[in-house]
Amino acid sequence: MNLGPHADFIVTAYALAATIVAILIGWVVLDHRQQARSLADLEARGMTRRGASAKVESGFPSGNATVPPP
Amino acid sequence: MALIDLANPSRFRALADTLLPWLGIATIVAFGVGLDQALRAPDDYQQGATVKIMFLHVPSAWLSMMAWGLMSAAALGTLVWRHPLADVAAKAAAPLGAAFTLLCLVTGSLWGRPMWGTYWVWDARLTSELVLFLMYLGVMALWQTIEDPTRAARAVAVLTLVGAIDLPIIKFSVDWWNTLHQPASVFRVGGSTIDASLLAPLFVMAIAFTLLFFTLHLAAMRNEIMRRRVRTLMMLQAQAAGGH
Amino acid sequence: MNALAALFARDIRLAIRVGGGALIGVLFFLIVVTLVPFALGPDLALLARVGPAILWLGALLASLLTLDRLLAIDHEDGSLDLILTAPVTLELTVAVKALAHWLTTGLPLVLAAPFLGLLLNLDPTATGAVALTLLVGTPALTFLGLVGAAVTVALRRGGLLVAVLVLPLTVPVLIFGVAASNAAIVGPLRFGTPFSILCGIALVCLVVGTLATAAALRHAMD
Repeated sequence: MNLGPHADFIVTAYALAATIVAILIGWVVLDHRQQARSLADLEARGMTRRGASAKVESGFPSGNATVPPP
Repeated sequence: MALIDLANPSRFRALADTLLPWLGIATIVAFGVGLDQALRAPDDYQQGATVKIMFLHVPSAWLSMMAWGLMSAAALGTLVWRHPLADVAAKAAAPLGAAFTLLCLVTGSLWGRPMWGTYWVWDARLTSELVLFLMYLGVMALWQTIEDPTRAARAVAVLTLVGAIDLPIIKFSVDWWNTLHQPASVFRVGGSTIDASLLAPLFVMAIAFTLLFFTLHLAAMRNEIMRRRVRTLMMLQAQAAGGH
Repeated sequence: MNALAALFARDIRLAIRVGGGALIGVLFFLIVVTLVPFALGPDLALLARVGPAILWLGALLASLLTLDRLLAIDHEDGSLDLILTAPVTLELTVAVKALAHWLTTGLPLVLAAPFLGLLLNLDPTATGAVALTLLVGTPALTFLGLVGAAVTVALRRGGLLVAVLVLPLTVPVLIFGVAASNAAIVGPLRFGTPFSILCGIALVCLVVGTLATAAALRHAMD
């Protein structure tokens, strides 16, 4: 395919577009993995949304301890 | 499902998990068709094959403005209705908007070099787009600097809305500034009204890019929701540990 | 040596994180460079002529604005006291902090300069010259700025005062930085002449800045 005398610019433009899109996709995917890992890690340690479960060894009462909103 | 139901993070994540694969496939298909059409498009009588850069540049420009519009709508959602999903939507949109603005500037620059002889010229449109890019970066900096997501959301919402009102003013004043000082040399802008054979690829690429944006946006929103949950859990953990 | 390495790593990590100075400096640099054509008009020939000066001024302001927080933050949370009482030579500590600061705020400016040169219609020679002079000049700015930061460390509203104190000291760096850049573009001097003077001045700034900052910190914390 003949891209004419300015082929370099056309190719560079498409290459840059592909790179930027790839970076965006990479960011979204890697961020997802990192968050999933953190969540799995925290859940494994017994933290649930409603507060510390009985697994956590502290004097904290287990069960439905609610947290005041930040 | 009402909009307020989506405020429940688990419901949203479930929805996102269902929708994302389909959005992704649609995006890939659209790009497949679009790129094929773009590469087979005829050469412009004035610009030759360089007009193919337009299929990247114009959709990026549309997206750069649409993203700010999305952020503005989300800002209203945050300030007026306090919808928790609005915060998330706004934060997820900012880096995407910035990226597409950058893509617009860069592809425009690469288009301008063979056509106008220079990578950059301070004309009204380019300058307004550059200012928009700076505003996106500012919003991203603000999201980063304020630690509490809820407070950050309100600050960013105000800034976004001020920006939305200001963008037409910026555009107008830059136009005015540009016509006040005539540039030293006159540039001929290549290409006239778009022919149908070029319009079709442009249209398909625009759809493809828009689908890409929404796929990324939905995924980024899901990540943000997960990030907030991690933060809450970590704070809980810190509190629990402090209970010794 | 381990203590210094730890301090270095800590400073770098803090600068890169939320609220750190690292990328904000570049953003500010970009904004300043963008503003200048609004003031001067879009005449590309004029912009190319004053381009090196604009880039230097932008870099100067951007590196100064992040300086006042360098020591003030440590002072506020008490870590400065710990750093000062550590069994490490204060001069070395100061040098390490300055190096970390330059790597995270000064070096990005140097890397950003070529792209901003594009905006100002500078040709590759000019851009290269400016980038090289900035590479040598920004460490000098950091070490000089550190003196101002140390002198005002205990003040609550040190910010602009630091800039006021430090800017006169940076004049030689600015003069020779721009002179070297212009020499590369229009001559008649060879680039090497003002550039070697710039290097000499930068070396002096490194030494004087370190010694003066250490002295100022000792006095301030007594």
